[in-house]
Amino acid sequence: MRKAKNILFKILTITSSVFILTLLLFILYIIVRKGLPAMNWDMISKIPEGGFYLGKAGGVLNAIIGSIYLVGGAVIISILISIPVVMYLNFIIKKNSIFSRFARLCYDILFGIPSIVYGAFGFTLMVFFGIKASLLGGMITIALLIIPIMIRSIDEVAYMVPRDLIEAPKSLGATNYETLKVLVRQLLPGITTAVLLSIGRGIGDAATVLLTAGYTDSIPTSITQPAASLPLAIFFQLGSPIPEVQNRAYASALILTILILVISFTARYFSKKLSKHI
Amino acid sequence: MTNTNLSDTLEENPVNIKNIKPHLICENLNIFIQGNHILKNINLTIPDKSITCIIGPSGCGKTTLLRSFNRMHDESTEVKIEGKLLLDGLNIFDEKIHVTDIRKKMGLLAQRPCVLPMSIYENVAYGPRIHGMRGRKKLYGTVKHYLMAVGLWEEVKHRLKTSANRLSIGQQQRLCLARGLAVEPEIILGDEATSALDPISSAKIEELFCELKKQYTIVLVTHTLRQAKRMADYVAFMYMGELVEFGNPEDVFNHPKQQLTKDYISGSFS
Repeated sequence: MRKAKNILFKILTITSSVFILTLLLFILYIIVRKGLPAMNWDMISKIPEGGFYLGKAGGVLNAIIGSIYLVGGAVIISILISIPVVMYLNFIIKKNSIFSRFARLCYDILFGIPSIVYGAFGFTLMVFFGIKASLLGGMITIALLIIPIMIRSIDEVAYMVPRDLIEAPKSLGATNYETLKVLVRQLLPGITTAVLLSIGRGIGDAATVLLTAGYTDSIPTSITQPAASLPLAIFFQLGSPIPEVQNRAYASALILTILILVISFTARYFSKKLSKHI
Repeated sequence: MTNTNLSDTLEENPVNIKNIKPHLICENLNIFIQGNHILKNINLTIPDKSITCIIGPSGCGKTTLLRSFNRMHDESTEVKIEGKLLLDGLNIFDEKIHVTDIRKKMGLLAQRPCVLPMSIYENVAYGPRIHGMRGRKKLYGTVKHYLMAVGLWEEVKHRLKTSANRLSIGQQQRLCLARGLAVEPEIILGDEATSALDPISSAKIEELFCELKKQYTIVLVTHTLRQAKRMADYVAFMYMGELVEFGNPEDVFNHPKQQLTKDYISGSFS
């Protein structure tokens, strides 16, 4: 009986793993299969020309640059907010205090809120402050979306930091701020993971930017201008009845996937270099 | 607590050592943690340039006492401190005194070594740097000097840039000692500093302490009576938050004045 259970469990683990891997590979296959024929140098080097959405020449450079700007800005805003929050919850006050636990619960709830709600909230904020759909609006809204992700994933590693490491710099006469700087070094791998997760979520999200960043065929030159984004480019092109344009949607998806891949590898590479002493 | 009357059973003023030059003096030190009376009216004089070992059973307040010396209790809001701790005549709990200045004067060596997430070199350079030392040459000289002082230089001079985490535990503890010495403290506090180490590494640390007492005042909390016998110039025996006996190891170990000390040393309890 025990042996049978053991075998059953082994089969379960293998089938689940194989199933999910096949599914992911299938998605990748569809993207590559449909996207690759529509892929060309123009796609990534040109902005849409007249009639692009009817199948004529041009590319989605506007959306690529727009997405990088949007998520880049959002990540910078989020890091600037998340790291101090995590430091406060774990190192300034007691990591198990009622406030810390309550805050964690809040972030968990925020984590679960759908992105369209953030989009609507961001839109309301923008209307209130009289800001038009723009790069800035999109950045702030994506930041709202990814801050809970970032805080919770950095928090996971910060929670594990031993008390000794907090006391070591202090016993040398370091101030709170100097101690926190040492701790950030220790948290670096966790921060990288958090940033990558956030980029993944932020760059692929259409709902947040739909109302807040707008869409444009040109590349924004200031944060008050609207910006295009890859998820919306996919969305608009996929909705077209013209097969060529539809295929371009898959090509855009392929670009988005490769973009995330490139960002991941670079971030991992630099993180490894920076955190070799941990 | 059943032993609140402990002080009644003790003879008057167990601390009676003349002709010592005091470095650190506890005056009526009381510490409460979460309302519990942990240290009860401690009056203790730590002599200058010598090794003082604090012994006693687990939970007697040894570590609490040691941590009050470098004001580590500041980090916790649940700790209430009464009384005075005089360092060269100045009360370290005085509001005017900056906690970082106190900690600079007290090098702490923890039970388990805790290296900073940096290279070996950076670990030692960290302290001098935060206290304002600049200049590559000067820093290098300092790092080399203190790594030599703890006998680590020959072992690590070719890999100063590698992670401090790669060192063995014994080497890490010596690195932590070098790191502590590099901020030029007056007093070295050791909180069971050898208990996590293998016999050879701990012998090295003990040897270092005996060497360092020429220049520094050393206070060690230890569980091992043999270690206290080997190293101590003065021994303080604590029990249930009170200082029971203080004196030369010769007196404390061979002719203890208190029955409690006698029982502890003979192994009746631990």
